[in-house]
Amino acid sequence: MKIGTPREVLDGEARVAMTPDSARMLRKLGFACAIETGAGEKAGFTDAAYEEAGVEIVKSAERLWADADLVAKVRPPTETEIERLSKGKVLISFFHPAQNEALMRQAADRGVTVVAMDMVPRISRAQKLDALSSMANIAGYRAVIEAGNNFGRFFTGQVTAAGKVPPARVLVVGAGVAGLAAIGTSTALGAITYAFDVRPEVAEQIESMGAEFVYLDFDSDQQDGSASGGYAAPSSPEFQAKQLEKFRALAPEIDIVITTALIPNRDAPVLWTRDMVEAMKPGSVIVDLAAERGGNCELTVKDDRIVTDNKVTIIGYTDFPSRMATQSSTLYANNVRQFVGELAPAKDGTLIHDMDDDVIRGSTVAHQGAVTYPPPPPKVRAIAAAPRKDKPKEPSPEEKRALEIAAFRAQTRRQAGLLVAGAALIALVGAVAPASFMQHFIVFVLACFIGFQVIWNVSHALHTPLMAVTNAISGIVVLGALLQIGSGDWLVVTLAAISMLIATINIVGGFLVTRRMLAMFQKS
Amino acid sequence: MFAQPLVTSAAVAASVLFILSLGGLSNQESAKRAVWYGIAGMALAVVFTALGPGVSNYGLMLAMVLVGAVIGTVVARRVEMTQMPQLVAALHSFVGLAAVFVGLNAEMERLRVEGLRAAGESLDGLAAFAARLATKTPTEIAFLQVEVVLGVFIGAVTFTGSVVAFGKLAGKLDGKPAQLPGGHLLNAAAALACVVLAVYYLAFGGMLPLIAITVLALFIGYHLIMGIGGADMPVVVSMLNSYSGWAAAAIGFTLSNDLLIVTGALVGSSGAILSYIMCKAMNRAFVSVILGGFGGASGSQMAVEGEMIATTADEAAAALDDADSVVIVPGYGMAVAQAQSAVSELTRRLRAKGKEVRFAIHPVAGRLPGHMNVLLAEAKVPYDIVLEMDEINEDFSDTEVAIVIGSNDIVNPAAQDDPNSPIAGMPVLEVWKAGTVIVCKRGQGTGYSGIENPLFFKDNARMLYGDAKQSINELLTKIG
Repeated sequence: MKIGTPREVLDGEARVAMTPDSARMLRKLGFACAIETGAGEKAGFTDAAYEEAGVEIVKSAERLWADADLVAKVRPPTETEIERLSKGKVLISFFHPAQNEALMRQAADRGVTVVAMDMVPRISRAQKLDALSSMANIAGYRAVIEAGNNFGRFFTGQVTAAGKVPPARVLVVGAGVAGLAAIGTSTALGAITYAFDVRPEVAEQIESMGAEFVYLDFDSDQQDGSASGGYAAPSSPEFQAKQLEKFRALAPEIDIVITTALIPNRDAPVLWTRDMVEAMKPGSVIVDLAAERGGNCELTVKDDRIVTDNKVTIIGYTDFPSRMATQSSTLYANNVRQFVGELAPAKDGTLIHDMDDDVIRGSTVAHQGAVTYPPPPPKVRAIAAAPRKDKPKEPSPEEKRALEIAAFRAQTRRQAGLLVAGAALIALVGAVAPASFMQHFIVFVLACFIGFQVIWNVSHALHTPLMAVTNAISGIVVLGALLQIGSGDWLVVTLAAISMLIATINIVGGFLVTRRMLAMFQKS
Repeated sequence: MFAQPLVTSAAVAASVLFILSLGGLSNQESAKRAVWYGIAGMALAVVFTALGPGVSNYGLMLAMVLVGAVIGTVVARRVEMTQMPQLVAALHSFVGLAAVFVGLNAEMERLRVEGLRAAGESLDGLAAFAARLATKTPTEIAFLQVEVVLGVFIGAVTFTGSVVAFGKLAGKLDGKPAQLPGGHLLNAAAALACVVLAVYYLAFGGMLPLIAITVLALFIGYHLIMGIGGADMPVVVSMLNSYSGWAAAAIGFTLSNDLLIVTGALVGSSGAILSYIMCKAMNRAFVSVILGGFGGASGSQMAVEGEMIATTADEAAAALDDADSVVIVPGYGMAVAQAQSAVSELTRRLRAKGKEVRFAIHPVAGRLPGHMNVLLAEAKVPYDIVLEMDEINEDFSDTEVAIVIGSNDIVNPAAQDDPNSPIAGMPVLEVWKAGTVIVCKRGQGTGYSGIENPLFFKDNARMLYGDAKQSINELLTKIG
């Protein structure tokens, strides 16, 4: 089968769905690859590079659409493009099925199978296919770079000969993939980074990236946002009020705001209102990654950069990934390549469209003449609901003290008990045992104590040599045999002789092997 | 010929030397001297006792010592460091067997002396141990019998137990727990029968009950250890180590020899502490280890979600190239694959590039306490970069790459996260906190305990499937 990638037709789109590297992988899966001439140019991949990777260069888009059995592209197809596909062919691209119903209908009517890369279920197994995450990651990074480009100061604080520079303060709203990428980039540049998310359980992830989680002072039970596929459910009115209040308090101190809050199938929530923008210092920057869906900031203009009256720059670009076309093409092409791998489990260049598979089913929006969107809920839950952990109560100093005393008492009691029991046992033995035995018994008990004291100090690393050496010295039973070998009884002599033999093996073998082992331990 | 007081003073010197010898093992440098203390102590003890009063038959004695010394030397020279666990087990069995023989001998001598006494013959002609017995009072004889029973019983259990442990460790027996129908009831019944026989023996004396006890004890040793799985062998070997000491101590009582008692007590407590440390490291009660199987698991275990992500030597090498700090966690799999030299070479090369490489050793890694340390030392890994669990566990969060080679349960996060896991509460190496975890593993199966390891499904875990030695060697070709 042949996989083809056309040049993207949308104005300004620089990405491409196949790279020379991904083509090599696809060919390993048994597919032939074709690309429209110049498709990779804007992303930095020349026709020559493709040719070297064994990709056929096709002169016209028409030829390519006609030849390929599977077409992989980035942007949703246009009507013309769908018209070019015949029955049974497969299209892989972003599709946004909720907004493109007519297009989906059209594809289904033509008998085309459409895989929407933006519909890949968010489950662990499908992470390598998750193009939205790949793109969000890039968008998050680029958002910080873009903010820096429009921001007149350093990110990192510096003390220079020419004076002190305070670090930039960055607030990231929404800690999804894009938000986390933005946090990472911003902290890496040296800014003091704050982050907010409606899901309190992501606080740990935020803190692990080096940002400070902005907590709301809020007592009632918060909604568990993790049940709906990694996105936050619209929060309660009280919650929203609290949140806005917190942002309003933060606005004057923050230099850069990056908003990434999206709720599936809804307009983006307005989180950064006009009065907050007005409260910000001149020269501050807002990058609104939710601009495509109306924006998190009230003043955002989609696909544009505006400067407000109080000199706050608001960036509403929606093409961040395309602005880093080489990187985003590499990642997207890899996502596509992995998806093809799922469709061709036998790696023999044939597609098996298994509609029972959660991932394939969830991403397919048209198949065998029918619209298959929306998919049924996946069998595997997206993210396991975080088990509620009850934090153990921090004991007060008095309680701690009381516990220590109790523990000390218990220990004393246990030790005293043991001593009394031991003494009683020894007294019992002493009552019946002859004097000669008791002498030996004292030696035995003292030796046990010395043994315990000495062995506790042995280094863990030397436990094997310890065993070997104790092995050797337990060969001391040879003394028993020594004392008996002079007996007049032949059986006794025989047994004693055997004992001597094996005990000697023990002594000599044990010591020698210990020496060998210890000689090996070397310091660097 | 030395008089008894001189022999005793030699015994005192030997005791002190043995204690110094064990005490010297507290660090690697003093340990090298400590062995010589042990050797000197043993030489003193043997020479002075042999030349002491009441010892004869030097020809046979010398012959046996010579043969034993030759065999011991050959064994010690030839043994591979990976075979240390089975060597230690085999040596334990010798001590056990010797103790049994010495105990049986003591009874035979006692019977002979009694026979002579009953016949009214003179006791003056007796030599060696028999001569000493003749001077003992009846109570002393009764105590001697108790000691004989103890010595023989512990010795016999140690003997067969060690033989089975040897078989399991050497791979000559199946490592899985195997028991006769009846299980531990059978052991309990045998132990009870031993007690009954011991009472009978104390009342009436005679070889027959003693031999019956020996046979039953041999069975108990065999059956008990057969029921314990391969990975619990560290505990078993330490326990047998302890038993061999107690057997020697019991024999010391029988023979009224303080040196034997002291040495036996030292060895016995050493083994007991080692067993304790091992059990603690597995968070299991000693009894539950000895009785076999994992106890205490209740409720269903957490389901593991995610996917094992396979990696290649290329990717692993790239990850190592980028990392500044690397921690290697070896396990029994490294010993099985004989991968220690390859691991050492990897360590050398990474260190040559200025990276910090350290080893994290879990107390129960391998089949013998301290097994991994010895293997790494053999492969010339400097011991100061080989760290214990407590020393390194906190550093994993600052580590960029952790390499797990052939270990499983000791790096299982379920021990901390899942209260229903059979290994819940066991202290584990927190490798998952490292940036990337490369896991060298033969296949996708579960470890010895049969517990799924969520580590392998974590996002930062990369599985490098295949034989550990080959995997590491392949890695070496990618790292200049």
